[in-house]
Amino acid sequence: MLKHRVIPCLLLRNGGLVKTRRFKNPKYVGDPINAIRIFNGKEVDELMVLDILASKKSIEPNYSLIEQFAGECFMPLCYGGGVRTVEQAKQLFALGVEKICIQSAAIERPVFISELAEKFGSQSVVVSIDIKRNLFKKAHLFESRSGKTLSSGWLDFLRESVQRGAGEIVLNSVDRDGEMNGYDLQMIRDTVDAVTVPVIALGGAGRLEHFRQAIDAGAAAVSAGSLFVFQGPYRAVLISYPAYPELERLFES
Amino acid sequence: MDIAEVMNTKSILVPDFGIGNFASIIRMAEKCGYSCAIARQPEELISADKIILAGVGAFDHGISALNGGGWREALINASLERKVPIIGICLGMQMMCNKSEEGELQGLGWIDADVLRFRFSDESCLKVPHMGWNTLSVYRENPIILNSKDEQRFYFVHSYHVVCHEVEDVIATANYGGDFVAAFQHRNIFGVQFHPEKSHRYGMALLKRFFEL
Repeated sequence: MLKHRVIPCLLLRNGGLVKTRRFKNPKYVGDPINAIRIFNGKEVDELMVLDILASKKSIEPNYSLIEQFAGECFMPLCYGGGVRTVEQAKQLFALGVEKICIQSAAIERPVFISELAEKFGSQSVVVSIDIKRNLFKKAHLFESRSGKTLSSGWLDFLRESVQRGAGEIVLNSVDRDGEMNGYDLQMIRDTVDAVTVPVIALGGAGRLEHFRQAIDAGAAAVSAGSLFVFQGPYRAVLISYPAYPELERLFES
Repeated sequence: MDIAEVMNTKSILVPDFGIGNFASIIRMAEKCGYSCAIARQPEELISADKIILAGVGAFDHGISALNGGGWREALINASLERKVPIIGICLGMQMMCNKSEEGELQGLGWIDADVLRFRFSDESCLKVPHMGWNTLSVYRENPIILNSKDEQRFYFVHSYHVVCHEVEDVIATANYGGDFVAAFQHRNIFGVQFHPEKSHRYGMALLKRFFEL
């Protein structure tokens, strides 16, 4: 068994799979069901699917598509995108999703985290925190729905999320998204120092050694997008996942 | 329809009394070459050759759903009188026990076991629920879990765990702060605490062996 989960993060946009760079320029990379089948065949530990338009456009999660995803996943599935109510979450869990990832609704109304955790348990509530650094490298909370950085302190939001019952944090770096040159390790360290729940590092992985760096910085699990959907310097679309023994070796001390 | 599906005309049923979603169980059965259907009425269980008792949520919620509408009687008829192989998954396994710390209602009592909450000291840093992949130790030879040298990993999500009073009912354990019962068997009655339908080929192999009984 791997000591740390390695989680492909798939971005959904209008029912298709895309990959962004610095949260922009979504490039179409294929059919989500096909991708999920491939990752299922590779026996990934867990899968995360984030609908990057649902909150922006205030539309409901695509329930019928998510139900198909859950049916294809012989491993736990985490879904995020457009979830704003306990009722929606209930519907998603009923479709066979194991975890729900929230951001906009949690920023707007942090008590929503408590509502979900009380109803469904912390283990199924994941809060997504996106960070953007300014010219002076200072970290700011980024709201992906509006595409803006917020003035409120990101560490405060992180701590409040956990206090309210977030079972896990997905920590992503806007500046490193799709760049494939490594995670923001300082940001991982700062996060791990502030909270006790598992932190999933996302944003920047381009090689396997980046996973190891994130783990060494304190992440409980690692996630990536580009690494699993692109191949080579020209970013040709090819869905892949490292062989299990390779990952085992990577995490050996 | 798969050719294998036509060949296996055994009736594998998943009772649906409103406590779960069974899409991945059904997909996995298809992958194993079996067709598995949802029973929406208790009477349908009369034709079952195999039953999968699955579900999530609180103990009393599951038991009261099972007590309503004749499900309890239909399950007792199939498993105790007709001796149809039946496997409980997660809450399904726990409902087969006498009682649970999580609730007040009487369990099915098919297995002489109780369900207790995980309790850990603060220093242990172990979280409840136990959620994630874990490996098994096979306790005794049994028809559904091979005692293989190769690692078999399974996906768990639970805050309560089964304690068997008859040690020979235990077929596999897992470790989380201590060993706990991950799978039991008493004659035709099986239970697994983990989710085989979310455990890749390891879960698929287990379900396949169950279907082949």
